Amino acid sequence: MPDIERHTIAVLVANEPGVLARVIGLFSGRGYNIESLTVAEVDRTNNLSRITVVTSGTRMIIEQIKAQLSRLVPVHKVHDLTDEGPSVEREMALIKVAGKGEARIECLRLADIFRARVVDSTTESFVFEMTGSSEKLNAFIALMEPLGLVEVSRTGTVAIARGPGRF
Amino acid sequence: MSAEPVCGADIVIKALVDQGVDVVFGYPGGAVLPIYDSLFKQNALRHILVRQEGGAVHAAEGYARSTGRVGVVLVTSGPGATNAVTGLTDALMDSVPIVCLTGQVPTHLIGNDAFQEADTTGITRPCTKHNYLVKDVNDLARTLHEAFYVAKSGRPGPVVVDLPKDILFATATYRAPEQVQHKSYRPQIHPEPARVAEAAALIAAAKRPLFYGGGGLINSGPEACARFVELVRTVDAPCTLTLMGLGAFPASDPHFVGMVGMHGTYEANMAMHDCDLMIAVGSRFDDRVTGRINAFSPGSKKIHIDIDPSSINKNVRIDVPLLGDCGAVLEALLAALRKSGPHADGKARNAWWRQIDAWRARDCLRYDRSRKDLIKPQYALERLYALTRDRDPYITTEVGQHQMWAAQFLKFEKPFHWMTSGGLGTMGYGLPAAVGVQIAHPDALVIDVAGEASILMNIQEMSTIAQYRLPVKAFILNNQYMGMVRQWQELLHGGRYSESYTAALPDFVKLADAFGAVGRRVERPDEVDDAIREMIETPRAVVLDVAVDQAENCFPMIPSGAAHNEMLLGPEDEATQPVSEEGMVLV
Repeated sequence: MPDIERHTIAVLVANEPGVLARVIGLFSGRGYNIESLTVAEVDRTNNLSRITVVTSGTRMIIEQIKAQLSRLVPVHKVHDLTDEGPSVEREMALIKVAGKGEARIECLRLADIFRARVVDSTTESFVFEMTGSSEKLNAFIALMEPLGLVEVSRTGTVAIARGPGRF
Repeated sequence: MSAEPVCGADIVIKALVDQGVDVVFGYPGGAVLPIYDSLFKQNALRHILVRQEGGAVHAAEGYARSTGRVGVVLVTSGPGATNAVTGLTDALMDSVPIVCLTGQVPTHLIGNDAFQEADTTGITRPCTKHNYLVKDVNDLARTLHEAFYVAKSGRPGPVVVDLPKDILFATATYRAPEQVQHKSYRPQIHPEPARVAEAAALIAAAKRPLFYGGGGLINSGPEACARFVELVRTVDAPCTLTLMGLGAFPASDPHFVGMVGMHGTYEANMAMHDCDLMIAVGSRFDDRVTGRINAFSPGSKKIHIDIDPSSINKNVRIDVPLLGDCGAVLEALLAALRKSGPHADGKARNAWWRQIDAWRARDCLRYDRSRKDLIKPQYALERLYALTRDRDPYITTEVGQHQMWAAQFLKFEKPFHWMTSGGLGTMGYGLPAAVGVQIAHPDALVIDVAGEASILMNIQEMSTIAQYRLPVKAFILNNQYMGMVRQWQELLHGGRYSESYTAALPDFVKLADAFGAVGRRVERPDEVDDAIREMIETPRAVVLDVAVDQAENCFPMIPSGAAHNEMLLGPEDEATQPVSEEGMVLV
């Protein structure tokens, strides 16, 4: 079995109807994995959106994914951030934890260590906002599990290359 | 530019005319009535009324593939659009430039489950190169011009423009094609010079090179094909073509070793397997070509010329990719080879040609010619070729055994003369495609080589043929079976012919008569020549129903899951080489 690699790919697309469906359809239609996918407009003047997709596959599959993405008509640029030098990856999560007494204090303590912010609280619950690598988020969520984790909402990974260069 | 605002329907007509369109294949309906009204009031565009929207797309494909121009389709919303889906998928798989205009319910009703509403852009997204829903009449002209640009640029393909009815009534200022430029889509035409040098060096050093040309050459145009011919002759290497590529290289040239792939020639497949350098030009290493992928041409370096980056390294690892238009890349390659000299090792090249000739000597397309009472399908096609070759015929086919025999036994000297559904394998393609070809070439001999099962899938187009008095010839190889299904059932399922026999076929002679065509049936070999001559001489549509040997199978064959050097050359091999379990699950 050839090695499975995990890649973060940034795709600059024309912000027009159907473009996200086209990208997602490409992945499902050809059987590629999507671990996470985020999209938002990033350039209002030129009407461009940026899609960040985390995917995995063999080297040949990853190359295929990039080639297939590049040939979609509304796609302007495709960059493999994993391949093209160092990059910063971040994800945000909103994490709801409910509990009383010692558990409630413990989750606040942990939140402090992880630099999670409290964005909502009642006498028996917190909503934490947390930004970091996906691994860091995973670790924090795992710690909250026994302390009364209720639900989690995550953005998926966004990423950008380090240094002064532009896309 | 006229500053007068005009209605959307008129913009559609103006845009088509400005794009050089002379024919539209279509079928009216509620949502496109304004366009049909505008069509009625003008003379620049000719509309060909088909009998089902699927036929319209295949006709446009036939038109496009026999001219190198964009084929245009006009259908209504809902069922009009959904009927077009098979044709669009076919055009996508075979890279045929099509612009398909679909009607849509008015914008305020979209999403309401209105009468004859379908999510056309949603349904056609995976089966088009690109599609558009026009929601503002001010975007209409730009969108249409963009659609033509996208359809024909890079790797060609079908583009759908969905047109809500209110947009067709709304008015806007028309914009001419010169005023429209696509924002981002610019396929790479010229290859990287360093890669060209690398490829030229590999070619110069090769001992056993092989050219493997595909439909991309035809799409690139006659000039690209001419350069391909020049390159093959300069390098003095054998050349094979895919099903889609037939005609890109003259079949009569001694460098040609026949078609490659599942039903390709022994010499082509053996050369694929044993070559030390493969130069793939506008071909895509489809599973019908490669056979078992891990046994595909194990000892060769591979150069791949293609305009579509996603075709390179998709199935097979490529050593030197040359991204660009076939014509431009071949020109660069020829220039590089002129500098370096085509090949160094003459001795090795002679040995390679001796090997090719030894494979050729197996005469892999031989068949039993001894029967005087039974028409062998191969015989019928041999005679068809012999009696029509001087007339430069355009051939379309349906899908199945007859298609493969046609590819084997009809020889093509130039591009644009062979229209077949290669990628999707759409039964029912040939008759409507022949309509499109005949419309594009009114005086040419156009023959649909058909099977009796396939042709019934779009037989309604006989009515279109009648309406426009098209002298299309349907040459039916009638074995009463879905022949290729039967052949696979024989090979894989113990000869249990589940549902592959057609018990109630029409009388094709009467059917021809009913549609105003001339029908004739032949059952004996000695009638074949006369019937073909009569068919050619008849200046009307002809249905020639050729009753052929029901048991004949198509050889040579690489069974699924086998390698190129494990071909079945005839029924005698079938018994000795059972299909592997992995092969069984492949299609």
